[in-house]
Amino acid sequence: MSENGRVTPSPVKYADSHLQAVLQRGRFAITAEIGPPRGANVGPVRRKAKLLRDWIDAANVTDNQSAVVRMASWAGCLVVKQEGVEPVMQLQCRDRNRIALQSDLLGAAALEIPNVLLLTGDHPRFGDHPDAKAVFDLDSIQLVWTARTMREQRKLLSGRDLKPAPDFFIGAVENPFAPPLKWRAERLGKKIAAGARFCQTQFIYDVKIFAEWMQRVRDLGLDQKCYILAGVGPVKSVRALEHMRNEVPGMYVPDEVMRRLRSVPSDKVADEGLKLCSEIIAQVKEIPGVAGVHVMAFSWEEAIPEILERAGLPRRSASMAWSN
Amino acid sequence: MPAPTTDLPRPFRPHATAAAMYALHHALDRHIPIWPALGKALRNTPGVYKVFTAIERRTKRELFGCRMCGQCALPVTAYACPMTCPKQLRNGPCGGVNPDGGCEVYPDQRCVWLMAYERAEADGKTSDMRRLQRPIDQRKWGQSSWVNYWMGEDEGLWTAEDVVMQPRLDHEPLLLDAQKP
Repeated sequence: MSENGRVTPSPVKYADSHLQAVLQRGRFAITAEIGPPRGANVGPVRRKAKLLRDWIDAANVTDNQSAVVRMASWAGCLVVKQEGVEPVMQLQCRDRNRIALQSDLLGAAALEIPNVLLLTGDHPRFGDHPDAKAVFDLDSIQLVWTARTMREQRKLLSGRDLKPAPDFFIGAVENPFAPPLKWRAERLGKKIAAGARFCQTQFIYDVKIFAEWMQRVRDLGLDQKCYILAGVGPVKSVRALEHMRNEVPGMYVPDEVMRRLRSVPSDKVADEGLKLCSEIIAQVKEIPGVAGVHVMAFSWEEAIPEILERAGLPRRSASMAWSN
Repeated sequence: MPAPTTDLPRPFRPHATAAAMYALHHALDRHIPIWPALGKALRNTPGVYKVFTAIERRTKRELFGCRMCGQCALPVTAYACPMTCPKQLRNGPCGGVNPDGGCEVYPDQRCVWLMAYERAEADGKTSDMRRLQRPIDQRKWGQSSWVNYWMGEDEGLWTAEDVVMQPRLDHEPLLLDAQKP
C-alpha cells in the first residue's frame, strides 16, 4: 500500500511459483498433466492431484484439450491447489478472443494460480464440436506477448493500465517433431522473445530427434533464457498408440516404437509402455539443457508414480511438497 | 474429404514467385511520394476506392489466396499468406503439422507456413521469420491493404528486428507506445 492508501502495483517479480523456484535452484523439475472431467464433478481432479502430490512440482490442468469440452482449466486449478499441488493453468486461443484471454489471465493471477501455459490449441475439427466457430483472434506467440505485457508493462492490449498488474510464471509449448524441424528451435526463440520462461514439449518417442532439437536450442542460447521440460507419456495399448499416431495432431511415433510394443503379448503392453516411458525420461535427463520432464498420461495418471520411480526420480520428500 | 462448401481458410500455394513480389513491393514502396498520394486520393473517392479494392481482392486472391484481412503480412512471409492457415497464425506454423508437411486440418494440403519457410530460405529471407508479428485489427477486414500500407497504418505490424538472434530479452514491446512516459 502506498501512503495515500491506494494499492500500488507489485514490483516486477515472478509470481510465487514453486515450479520456478525448483527450476532456479537447478533441481530436475517434474510436472504432470491432469485432464479435467467431462462433467460437473471435481472428484476425478481431486483424486488425481492427491495421487501425484508427493511426486511432482506442479500439475498442468488442460484447457478443453483436443477440442473436447471439459471442466474449465481455472476451476481444475483451484481444486488441484486445494489438494496441495501447485497448478499450471493451460490457456488456448481457439475458444477465446483477446478480451476473454486477458480476463482469464487476470482471474488466474488474482486466484494465485502462479503458472500459465499458453497455447494455440487444436482445431475444433478434431473435437466433439467440429461445428464450433474457431476463434484464433491471437496466436500462441501473441498470447505469450500479451501475458508479458500485462505483467511487465502493466497494461492491457488496449493500452489501459492494470491496477494491480497480474503476476505469473509464463510458459509455452513447442513440438520438436513437427516440420519444419530445422526451424522449431527458432520458433521457441520467438516465444521466448515474446515472454516465455519455461517450455513443455510435445511427447517424445524419438530421443534422437529431440536431442538434435536441443542441440539447436543450445546453439541459440535458448536454454539459458528458458527452462525446457521434456514432454513424455506412457503407452497403455497398441490401439492407444495407433490412435495417437494417426489421430492426434502433431504426434510423431517412430516405427521402432510401434514394433517394440507390438512384439510383446497384449497383457504385457502396458508394462512395456511404462518401461519405455521410464527409459525415455532417463535418456532425456542426460541431455544438456533439459531442466525437467512433463509427464502426460491421459486417463492413466495412476501410472505416473511408477514411471518416475523406475526412471530414478523418487518421491519428493514431504518438506519439498508445495503448500499454501 | 468432400470439397469445401464454405469459405473457411485453407492453405494456399502461392502462384507468384517471392522474388518477383519483392521487386514489385520495392516499386510500390510507401516512401515513394506518389503512393501515399494515391492512397489519400482513393480514400477521398469512395467509388474509386471500391473498384481499386475489388481489383486488389481479385488479383491477390488469385495469386495468394488472399482473404482481405487488410493488414498484409506477405512482404515478411515470403509471399505465402498466413491468413490461409486454418488457424490464421501470424507467427509461424502450429505444432500440428504432419510429419509429411501436411496441414493439421487439411492433411492433403501442405502447411502454408512450411511453404513460407521454404520460399524464404530460397530467397535468403529467413530472418523475416524471426520477427514477432503483432495481433491484427479485426476491424480492417475487407479494406485495401495497399491503401492501409501507403497511408502508414501498417507500421508496427511486425517488429523491426529479428528477435531470436538477439542475446537480450528486452526488445520492441507489444504496445508501440508503451515506452512513452
